[in-house]
Amino acid sequence: MRTAPEVEGLLRELAPQVLGALVRRYGGFDTCEDAVQEALLAAAVQWPTDGVPGNPKGWLITVASRRRIELWRNDSARRHREETAASLAPPHPEPVPAVDDTLTLLLLCCHPALTLVSQVALTLRAVGGLSTAEIARAFLVPEATVAQRISRAKQRIKVSGAEFRMPPQAERSERIAAVLHVLYLIFNEGYTASSGSALHRVELTTEAIRLTRQLRDRLPEDGEVAGLLALMLLTDARRPARTRPDGGLVPLAEQDRRRWDAQAIAEGITLITETLASAPIGPYQLQAAIAAVHDEAARAEDTDWRQILGLYELLHSSAPGPMVTLNRIVAVAMVHGPRAGLRELAAAEADPGLAGHHRVDAVRAHLLDIAGDQSAARAYYQLAARRTLSVPEQRYLESRAAQLTPPDRP
Amino acid sequence: MKYLILIYSNPESRKIWDGFSDAQRAEGYRYYAALNEDLSASGEMIVSEALADPSLAKRVSVREGRTMTTDGPFAEVKEHLAGFFLLECENIERAVEHAARVPEAELGLVEVRPVLDLSGFGL
Repeated sequence: MRTAPEVEGLLRELAPQVLGALVRRYGGFDTCEDAVQEALLAAAVQWPTDGVPGNPKGWLITVASRRRIELWRNDSARRHREETAASLAPPHPEPVPAVDDTLTLLLLCCHPALTLVSQVALTLRAVGGLSTAEIARAFLVPEATVAQRISRAKQRIKVSGAEFRMPPQAERSERIAAVLHVLYLIFNEGYTASSGSALHRVELTTEAIRLTRQLRDRLPEDGEVAGLLALMLLTDARRPARTRPDGGLVPLAEQDRRRWDAQAIAEGITLITETLASAPIGPYQLQAAIAAVHDEAARAEDTDWRQILGLYELLHSSAPGPMVTLNRIVAVAMVHGPRAGLRELAAAEADPGLAGHHRVDAVRAHLLDIAGDQSAARAYYQLAARRTLSVPEQRYLESRAAQLTPPDRP
Repeated sequence: MKYLILIYSNPESRKIWDGFSDAQRAEGYRYYAALNEDLSASGEMIVSEALADPSLAKRVSVREGRTMTTDGPFAEVKEHLAGFFLLECENIERAVEHAARVPEAELGLVEVRPVLDLSGFGL
């Protein structure tokens, strides 16, 4: 007898395979996806008590096929009241075709016709095998909101004429980039929100890593897929050290590095080292390389900031963005001193992507703090704390401000 | 990102509403119902409510462990919160787009506030 979590793991693994088989057999992604979801829910209830059937995938395909016919009947009764014998043929356990549709499914769920939030929700449900309720809990939104996003996403897929097949070669790299972006967002959401009440939340980081591993199995030559997986492993490895028992966040420089996951770090470093040597370089690989340099330092003061600065220079020229600019300035300050960093920060602030952004104030506070200007640092920490939209960040910035001497109480 | 759209009421907006014919009011309700429907259909709606009159409000104060309440209305308040939408939108521009559809926006009585979340900052 398998436990509920074991069954859950098995179901999530089988979800995209069952969906792929159904869509191949019958077409109609929308209805097939609903049918698979119901089959998964049925299995999640039955298997832990009745035991896992001998052919779990066949069981799911049979149940989902039956359910699909029921859904199809309801639908067609409403709309056209006509039935075709072929599509209503009773399901029988045919041999499941030995094709792997996970990549096709991922590309369809991250179709450019969909909004980002819909891509995220649909990917987690159709490829990740998560239920609507689990997704809602993970993102702290009502179940109805997620259900609406998923049904809307499927409608858009239908309207846009997107089909369940691999896109032409010319579009492929762009489409894969969209998948990577969605997986990155899922990971980030899980990683950054892990300080919240995690009791009933699906581990989004684990899901993102699992899906990225699946993607890498299908695209072993893609350097950015490997880079993203390495980045996730190297970042997630710090998780045990990044929260205090009270839920507050511990910044990288203050983490107890003995609590980092050495195995994940080793895997991530091997992966990124091999990838950098063999694939065309890209932004995820560079970010993974930066994470690797941090993870390799036994103590914060051992960090090779020169190497980090070099990597940020590359990132800044290949994939510029406001956060890259700020992180590069922190590296400048660590190599050339806080005053050099502050000078660059003053210049960078002119960028419309950064003007008025609370992170500019937070970085300025940090650099002033290192430079020894406590009262100015305090004022900027407070300003940044007022402007952030993140509760953990607000707490962190407030506590930094509180640790510095207020001007009127020397 | 979650955003709260706050809709205020003031003497001017109340006067306009009070001066409406039944047909105009019905039209107003229909307009709000359509807005609600659109926001639900787009998957962005989390919750929306219209608030009861402030004269039904109670102000709560606790002194020495005892809870005391005062009935509204609070005379000094000319402008009060009349309703809200809690939305999940891709960005604040999108939330502002929705807010602009609220009829009270023509009187400058609509506000969009970002909601604090648990998102972190790569540590």
